[in-house]
Amino acid sequence: MNVEHGRHVVRGRCPRRLRRLPRSIFRKMKELVAVAAGIIWLTGLVALMGHGDMAVRAQGFAGLGTRADGFAQARAGVRPVFPRDHGAHPDFRIEWWYLTANLKDAEGRDFGVQWTLFRLALRPGEADGWQSPQLWMGHAAVTSADTHRFAERRARGGIGQAGVRLDPFTAWIDNWVMTGADDLSRLRLAARGRDWSYNLELRADGPIVLHGDAGYSVKSPDGQASHYYSQPHYRASGRLVLSGRDIQVSGDGWLDREWSSQPLSADQEGWDWFSLRFDSGEKLMAFRLRGDGGDFTAATWIDPTGEATALPEGSFRAEPLTPAKQGGHRTPVRWKIRLPDRGLDAVVEALNPHAWMRTSVPYWEGPVRVNGTHTGVGYLEMTGYD
Amino acid sequence: MTGAALHTLLSHWRRHPLQLFTLLAGLALATALWSAVQAINAQARASYAQAAAQIGANAMDRLEPADGAMIPLDTYVALRRAGWLVTPVLEGRARLGGEKLTVIGVDPVTHPSLPALDDAAGALSPADLIGPPGRVFARPDTARRIAGLPGMPPVIASDEVPPGAVLTDIAVAERLLGQRGQLSRLLLLPDQPRGLRRLAEIAPELERVAPTARSEIARLTDSFHLNLTAFGLLSFAVGLFIVHGTVGLAFEQRRQMFRTLRALGLPMRRLIAVTLAEIAGAALLAGLAGLALGYLVAAALLPDVAATLRGLYGAPVDGGLSLRPAWVLSGLGMAFVGAFIAGGQALWRLRSLPILAAPGARTWAVGAARNARLQATVGAALILAGWLVLALAGGLIAGFVFLAGLLLGSALLLPAALGLVVGGAERLARGPVTEWVWADMRAQLPGLSLALMALLLALAANIGVGTMVKSFRLTFTGWLDQRLVSELYVTARDDAQGAEIAAWLAPRVDAVLPIRSVERRISGMPVFVYGIIDHPTYRAHWPLLQADPDAWDRVARGEAVLVSEQFARRTGRWTGATVALAPDWRLPVAGVYSDYGNPTGQMILSLPALLAHVGAVPNRRFGIRIAPDRVPGLAEALRRRFDLPEDAIVDQAEIKARSLAIFDKTFFITGALNALTLGVAGFAILTSLLTLWSRRLPQLAPVWALGLTRARLMRLEVARSAALAGLTAVVALPLGLVLAWALLAIINVEAFGWRLPMHLFPIDWLRLAVLALVAASVAAVISARRLVRASPSTLLAVFSNER
Repeated sequence: MNVEHGRHVVRGRCPRRLRRLPRSIFRKMKELVAVAAGIIWLTGLVALMGHGDMAVRAQGFAGLGTRADGFAQARAGVRPVFPRDHGAHPDFRIEWWYLTANLKDAEGRDFGVQWTLFRLALRPGEADGWQSPQLWMGHAAVTSADTHRFAERRARGGIGQAGVRLDPFTAWIDNWVMTGADDLSRLRLAARGRDWSYNLELRADGPIVLHGDAGYSVKSPDGQASHYYSQPHYRASGRLVLSGRDIQVSGDGWLDREWSSQPLSADQEGWDWFSLRFDSGEKLMAFRLRGDGGDFTAATWIDPTGEATALPEGSFRAEPLTPAKQGGHRTPVRWKIRLPDRGLDAVVEALNPHAWMRTSVPYWEGPVRVNGTHTGVGYLEMTGYD
Repeated sequence: MTGAALHTLLSHWRRHPLQLFTLLAGLALATALWSAVQAINAQARASYAQAAAQIGANAMDRLEPADGAMIPLDTYVALRRAGWLVTPVLEGRARLGGEKLTVIGVDPVTHPSLPALDDAAGALSPADLIGPPGRVFARPDTARRIAGLPGMPPVIASDEVPPGAVLTDIAVAERLLGQRGQLSRLLLLPDQPRGLRRLAEIAPELERVAPTARSEIARLTDSFHLNLTAFGLLSFAVGLFIVHGTVGLAFEQRRQMFRTLRALGLPMRRLIAVTLAEIAGAALLAGLAGLALGYLVAAALLPDVAATLRGLYGAPVDGGLSLRPAWVLSGLGMAFVGAFIAGGQALWRLRSLPILAAPGARTWAVGAARNARLQATVGAALILAGWLVLALAGGLIAGFVFLAGLLLGSALLLPAALGLVVGGAERLARGPVTEWVWADMRAQLPGLSLALMALLLALAANIGVGTMVKSFRLTFTGWLDQRLVSELYVTARDDAQGAEIAAWLAPRVDAVLPIRSVERRISGMPVFVYGIIDHPTYRAHWPLLQADPDAWDRVARGEAVLVSEQFARRTGRWTGATVALAPDWRLPVAGVYSDYGNPTGQMILSLPALLAHVGAVPNRRFGIRIAPDRVPGLAEALRRRFDLPEDAIVDQAEIKARSLAIFDKTFFITGALNALTLGVAGFAILTSLLTLWSRRLPQLAPVWALGLTRARLMRLEVARSAALAGLTAVVALPLGLVLAWALLAIINVEAFGWRLPMHLFPIDWLRLAVLALVAASVAAVISARRLVRASPSTLLAVFSNER
């Protein structure tokens, strides 16, 4: 299963609606969802995996918010152990290895790169061959000011088509690879779509950052949480092939690692997530979870030395400015963000407003610029606007 | 003028309703049999196409091992890791609930489109589908049969699944098939990324096969459908003989009318156009009637044909018939083609009709005699041509060409042969009445020759096909007796219970013979590889066609295999050749055995050797050797001890009965078409005699006037008709035997992969000959009764009417 940019219009919720229509209409419309057809039955599953850092459609997957069915639970006070925790946690329901990079070519043009590997367990644990309960999904994208290319890969666990192992650290699905030192200080990153590809070398010049309470990141007032850490200090360089051109690029990368079995509260419908790198050398990870009972925000402030501070719930404020209307989606691609604790008051603006990931479940993910009290670049992910 | 001309022409049919009926019925019958066969073929092919579409085999290129082996899972992963977007399919046959079904395992995570899963998507979670236990999708009828079987995941009914198959996740398929880590083929998704390493570098053993509209099963069953088509054509030809005779007669009788119309100023072109319209009208009417009849015949036959195809080839065919434009058009087309073939000769003669020439009463017969010589030449040429094709080309198509040439050529030779016989008898005849009888018979020959040709074809087909089927049945029964030697057969629920049963049985019976097999593709053919233990039962009973002297010893040592005749023929690997069971496992063939009625290839080798090379060989079925009188007691004890269902324990007699039932079903369609063809031929004789009657009266009236009584004339009529039928039957016998030989030695070998010894059944021939005599006599009596009833004034009127 493979979804390429611009070729098929696929909407995550569409198949569900179609199923309620008479069969004949469903058949006619099958053309439209041709490539997505295989995954229709996987919709519920993909909803879990569909978003960068958080499942959007938790409501559609009732089991997630309420039960854990023998899965391990994220617990406060359990500090990650490295390099062990760079590897997979098959007893947890969901997990991801999520890398984004802001890059420039020799002429100063901006590019963004995304490389994500999701793991989802149908049951806790692992088994050999096709009997494995683990499923894997990869998303990769290259974005410039006027072009956005992406692809999706899916795989079963247990057979070696996708997975994560240590010694040396390697995360892979098909021929998409993220591999390097077991302490994640160096990484090589590669992905390839129908008519684009990239190869990057990343080198960390700072420490790993634990979010929340020593890596225990609370996601709702009800106590839903995940284990969450980042390596935000990568220097990146390499080559992109995009629009038929081979481009030398360099810049900065950010790796997120998160795993959980119950990441969302049932009423939370979407999520806006920022990873920003300021010219001052400071960095910010912040998210806003949109729920019926109001927003839940959290943030981590990282000073130039790599020292991280978790900021209390509610201290980060994000306000959508200009909605970019795209294929029926009203997605805010300009934001006003404020963090009074740190004197931050700035506007975040998408490099390319059309950076939609039209994957099994669509979301917006792309590079951004920051202007205001602080200037810089970063990545923005927005879910639940489809 | 046109209207008047049409009206005049049609008035003929009003005055001769029987002729009209014959014309329409003949054409309708011919169309019916043809379209019935076409309907069956179309339905079967549609089922194959659906089966292919279900797993996407019709749209995507696929990768298959060139040597027909299985694909290791690692190869799939290697292709994926190289960036190729491929999705795996594991397919195999498994016995589920006493029925062999095709298990199709796919990976829904990478497979692009599965209609059956899409339909059920709303109610199922991914964990439900992948399991354990997972879900199995099957057609509603199959679903009912397999639901709730031990070890069977919940079954979901879906019309999207092909008949005779279950669709499921690849993990479930592995469990159902008892196979791990192997794949049948890989499908290449559209839109592959650019700049990947070449497929041939990563997996050189895999062949890229473009999608074809025709699935593998369609290719496998080609021979069967060709068989049916040949039968349909034969029936069509027999029907055409009737039509040809009727149309010829109707034109002959209307010469006067044509001349009058021409004399009145109707242009020839207009006359021909009107005649063409008449024929087209008849074709349309008869075609529609034939289609309706054909539909009924097809609907009646289809369930058995479907059973045959499932049994013979494992081909999934639905038992229900749906109306398809393709065969409706082909049926109507055949009716038109037939009508114009039948009317063509008459039209040609009409074109050159001189307006004023008087019709010579005998010219027809004289012309016919000349025709008979020409026909005989053409007939001999056809037989020779057919033989040449067979000798030079070979193969199934050539076999059918040979048969067609032989049958048609012999039919064309028939009038000349009969003419010779009757002419000889005439020379030997003494006395005026006898001489007249023979001379009159010779004069009648041209008029009857078409009906006699039809009879010849029908009789020969009956003898040939009957001999083939009966020879097969005899051989098959003998083979069953030889092959099924175990007194009792038992099937366990799973491997664990199988082991328990074997252990429990060991001290109680003479021998427990495990029946353990795995399915493999070897040399491009699906093959069931059986592992056997070394036991005298096999040496004493296994039906070997050819073997090395020490074959069994070498098999027992695991140094050689025995292969089935089908495998040997299709792959050309006979005794002494070598087969590759796996890339690193090659064994010589020590012998070939017959294995009738099996669509797949088969081989047997030593069980320990099989277990050493193949990890999971299901261990669920056993043959038990035991004294026959102990069978019922042991069966009962087994059932009680292991709580086995009724059909898990089958004794030898029952298995034989089941096998023979399947056999008889297989040849049901052949028998049915045979009977129909014979019926058509009988009808042809009747109609020929009836339509000839009007011409008989002027021929008989002078003889009556000379003093022969009407009753004696009628007896002579019947005797003449019976004699002609008898002579035809005598000619039909050798022709039928040649046909049987061709079916057994050429068609069967090409179509099924086995050659059968020919047995002769003289009683059947006698029965057929009597049937032919009776049919001809009855037909003669029906028409000649008019002679008895005819009043002397009618007979006298013949003289006053003479022009």
